[in-house]
Amino acid sequence: MSQGLEIIHPGLYTSLQDLGRFGFQDLGVPTAGALDFVGLRLANALVGNRPGEACLEISYMGPVIRVAADTVRIAVAGDVRLAIADSGGAPRAAASNRSHRLKRGDTLTVGAVAGASTAYLAVEGGFALEPVMGSLSCYARAGLGPLGGKPPVAGTVLPLRLVRCRDSDDLALRAPMAYGDGPIRVVPGPQKEAFTDAAFATLLESEYRVTSQADRMGLRLDGPPLRHRASADIPSDGLVSGCIQVPGDSAPIILLADHQTVGGYAKIATVISADLPRLGRAVPGTALRFAAVPVAEGEAARRGLERAIERTIAEMTAIPPTGIDLQALYGAELISGMVDAVSGLGR
Amino acid sequence: MDTLRIADVGDTAFSVEFGDTIDPATSAKVTGLRHAIQRARRDGGLPGLVETVPTFRSLLIQYDPLVTGRAALEADIRAIARDCGGAPRAAGRSWLIPVCYDEDLGEDLAALGKAGGLSRDEAVGLHTGAEFMVYMLGFMPGFAYMGGVPAPLRRPRRPSPRLKVPAGSVAVAESLCAVYPWESPGGWHLIGQTPVSFFDLSREPPILLEAGDRVRFRAIGRAEFDAARRDPGLMTPHTLLAGEG
Repeated sequence: MSQGLEIIHPGLYTSLQDLGRFGFQDLGVPTAGALDFVGLRLANALVGNRPGEACLEISYMGPVIRVAADTVRIAVAGDVRLAIADSGGAPRAAASNRSHRLKRGDTLTVGAVAGASTAYLAVEGGFALEPVMGSLSCYARAGLGPLGGKPPVAGTVLPLRLVRCRDSDDLALRAPMAYGDGPIRVVPGPQKEAFTDAAFATLLESEYRVTSQADRMGLRLDGPPLRHRASADIPSDGLVSGCIQVPGDSAPIILLADHQTVGGYAKIATVISADLPRLGRAVPGTALRFAAVPVAEGEAARRGLERAIERTIAEMTAIPPTGIDLQALYGAELISGMVDAVSGLGR
Repeated sequence: MDTLRIADVGDTAFSVEFGDTIDPATSAKVTGLRHAIQRARRDGGLPGLVETVPTFRSLLIQYDPLVTGRAALEADIRAIARDCGGAPRAAGRSWLIPVCYDEDLGEDLAALGKAGGLSRDEAVGLHTGAEFMVYMLGFMPGFAYMGGVPAPLRRPRRPSPRLKVPAGSVAVAESLCAVYPWESPGGWHLIGQTPVSFFDLSREPPILLEAGDRVRFRAIGRAEFDAARRDPGLMTPHTLLAGEG
């Protein structure tokens, strides 16, 4: 019998992502990969996976999934309400930020992501899919990745590496990960000199808001314009996630995981890697402020984030099989309404 | 390599720049440094280097800040740049790419030629007579920006881009030539089509060209074009290689 997770409803936009497809940017191949690498790491840790195993990246509203395997252990990292139903049974509420054992025929409903755009669903052992150019990440614009490089749709069966889950306790985060709420830290450049002095001061002194033009490629921001000295155009050069490029309309765009490998617009600053997970979770309307830091401080912040992730993982608590899921009980009142809302999406 | 400038790109990358112009000499410096870095990596050096991305006038150096740091890596890259300063010429491959210049496949060729005072045949002759150098890839996977368009064929991009350019289209804009690996929007002047796929995941390598390669084009008739389209096995990457560096 096949071992997999069957997608009943894909949710709003659910795609397979790992830490990205590195090594081919010189050939014009974007890295893609998780928008929030912290969430990916935590989801994997909750099911005992290696840190970079591919997960389902959930945008805003999660999928409905039926288990077509003997047993499987899953976890969702992020603030998301879950519901689990036995075959033919009524859904019972379940918590995110902990793992759950599911059995054949169970239906998992992943609800709305609260307070963020992004959450991650990991399965113990990972998905039994062939990497494309070294990665399972979906880059939908060019159809790169397993499943034809497209997000799963209703009826897609995601094959699993494990036939049944390991005989170990479920795990839970002691507390949700703190992503911080200070200014987004940026390193000035690489084309700071293409902008007026006033423009850089404006970036650091103003509040910007994430517009509705926000996707895996980047976040377009609304706020005071950032004027160029002469032209917005430069000879195209290489890009990383976090680059703040400013086209001729003076409105900044922060590039995220699906950004092109090269670009011809001047870049005023680059968000440090430690603050990228916050941007990968940002919903339209989010207010952002920016603070300039030197490169060395950015590197130190990244090491600090790494320690925080490791601490969060080390402090996970084991849940004995008979344990009562207090978090789930707490959320039970609200869960049936959410399930109705999600199942309505399929009609 | 005395002219390099290093620009900050956050805490995971920096850019080594060799000026502001798009020309073969600048590009050769970029690919020269890239190849020297690749040699150093093969010898086990440069831990924490993730990858390098060559562009017209700069090389982006991406690194893992949990393994190395800007200070250490920049010092190593500067030393490599000093050492390879005398031999910037990259050892790229040479390709000979078949193109059918028929009117329906290269809709802009006649107008482009006319603007430069050329007949259609003269325009084709100029394009097939030139040697192009791959400066960089980008815009989409496998899209190679090649320098070397002869002066009479140089024109700015079309004022309004086409919404759909067929895969395999050979196109020019200013001094640059490219082949569209995918059907996509595009604002360059279409002068013909190649039956060769510039991106094919079922093939090794999936992407034909890389920065530093040299490319010439040869004109083919419709029958040869159609046959190669029907049977991609007729023109494998191996048969298109005219030589290695």
